[in-house]
Amino acid sequence: MTKITRRDFIRSAGGVAALGAGLGFPHLALGAARRVVVVGGGVGGCTVAKYLRKLDPTLAVTLIESKTAYTTCFMSNEVLSGERTLESITFGYDGLRRHGVDVVTDTVVGIDPVKKTVATAGGREFGYDACVVSPGIGFKWDAIDGYDESVSETITHAWNAGPQTRILRRQLQAMRQGGRVIIVAPPNPFKCPPGPYERASQIAMYCKYHNPRAKIIILDAKDAFSKQGLYVEGWTKLYGYGSGNSMIEWVGAAAGGTVESVDPSTLTLQAEIEAFQGDVVNIIPPQKAGAIAFAADLVDGDWCPVDKRTFESKRYKDIYVLGDAASAAKMPKSAYAANSQAKVAAAAIVARFLGREPGDPTFVNTCYSVVGEDFGISVAAVYTLDAAHNSIEEIPNSGGVSPANASPEIRKREVSYAHSWFKNVINDMME
Amino acid sequence: MTKTVRNLLLAVLALLPATVAAAPSGEALAFTCAGCHGTDGSSVGPSMPSIAGMDPEVFVDAMKAYQADKRNATIMNRIAKGYTAQQLEDMAWFFARQRLHLVPQKYDAALAARGKILHDKHCEKCHENGGRPGDAGTLAGQWMPYLQHTMDDFMSGKRDWPRKMKRKVDAAIAEDGKQAIPALIHYYASQH
Repeated sequence: MTKITRRDFIRSAGGVAALGAGLGFPHLALGAARRVVVVGGGVGGCTVAKYLRKLDPTLAVTLIESKTAYTTCFMSNEVLSGERTLESITFGYDGLRRHGVDVVTDTVVGIDPVKKTVATAGGREFGYDACVVSPGIGFKWDAIDGYDESVSETITHAWNAGPQTRILRRQLQAMRQGGRVIIVAPPNPFKCPPGPYERASQIAMYCKYHNPRAKIIILDAKDAFSKQGLYVEGWTKLYGYGSGNSMIEWVGAAAGGTVESVDPSTLTLQAEIEAFQGDVVNIIPPQKAGAIAFAADLVDGDWCPVDKRTFESKRYKDIYVLGDAASAAKMPKSAYAANSQAKVAAAAIVARFLGREPGDPTFVNTCYSVVGEDFGISVAAVYTLDAAHNSIEEIPNSGGVSPANASPEIRKREVSYAHSWFKNVINDMME
Repeated sequence: MTKTVRNLLLAVLALLPATVAAAPSGEALAFTCAGCHGTDGSSVGPSMPSIAGMDPEVFVDAMKAYQADKRNATIMNRIAKGYTAQQLEDMAWFFARQRLHLVPQKYDAALAARGKILHDKHCEKCHENGGRPGDAGTLAGQWMPYLQHTMDDFMSGKRDWPRKMKRKVDAAIAEDGKQAIPALIHYYASQH
């Protein structure tokens, strides 16, 4: 008789039963589920919400996001080349609702770490036992003279995919034959380190067919960039890089690539050594954590310090910060990194609720870039925690970039892997 | 049958060190694979194989081959090198316990019918039950582009044939010519 009752109890507690049997469930005894509020519906927020419910179906998980659908920044460069539509990278939250996540459309304006409440612009207040903040990036609008949020409606950043991606695409389509596109790449650290160079590649892919005399100039505040060797290999093969007739030109910091100011009326950029005038200008500004991270006092400088074992904020207990906003070096600010960190945070939160120590974390990053037709490249890394230094370290002799001068078959496969990765990561975070 | 019993015993043994040593759990390790292989190893991306329900020995063998650069990988070899033998075993057991969720694919019914005949005659002995998860690699329901890549690698000598497999494939090609491999691929894709 007792046995049956116990079995029924375990069954009702779902997946956690195996972990929690014998420890008891204080929150269940009180009749109230543990509440987790997730701020931000990007890769980090969606993944943590889904995995919290997967690891413990008794949790009450609320995800608060200002938009009703998520447009991925990854793969948005393919919208610029015309390879895919903006709709094909936009996803609603019904998948998460099917996992039992309460998805609320509202903007979070404050987090009270003492009362443990989250306040929204809509005037609502959500109590939490744990709060996960995954707001992505914000922009440093004062970094380039003459460039601010209102100017970005015409001189786009398009670094959060959406309406600006569409504007940039239309500007490219409307550009005169033989016109000049200028991309301003930001200093480290920023979201998607290979992104500006993939963008240049995808724009070149478009121009090769529709505007073959066009030039794309990347003005860079850095002297090196992610997957540089592989990009140069691809650009040389596909776009004549290095020749007098190259479609793409890269101006690094040492060559005067750092942009100081912009004149929006003439589309002229004043860089360190000379001025550059473009027909289409795309400025990706320097970055910092998203707005709510500052409003909730979770930052130290530009980014949010966290305990790398759990992604709990170093500033406030029971608040976790992950994805682009977190200071998670040496992991890059990528979708895969946010997806990987979210699972570590979800497991840590569930362990905490059960009164257990969180397990040792493990992380992976994989990032694909499509340089042109049938030409894909990648970088991968497997990471482990260095608890003594609160740092995330790459495992020696693993990871790294695609082999140089690989066969056309391998390059073509990497494109198909890039597109398959996209489907799987979307599925894993929100379906 | 005896192999199943042995595998169950191994599964119990595999759980023991994981609970003692301070290291990421098999589950935590496996979660990091989902970005490419789908949640719990059921892939929705046509170039990535599903690994849910995979035989643990097949999983470990595959990962060790990647570690040794013995497969025509682009990326999996770089990732595989990040794990210890114990961690590979822990991941293998996690995936072995997951249910495989398959996505219907478009296939040619006539080719698939021909493929079934070829499969039953040449492949069923190792890839049992039409290639469902078992002692050999899962074929039933795998994505066609993945199967195509794999067969290309075998045929071009970029991946070593498992024992006896080349003879079997040669026999299927002797019987049906150029159509043999597409027929088999369409047959496997037809199962879900």
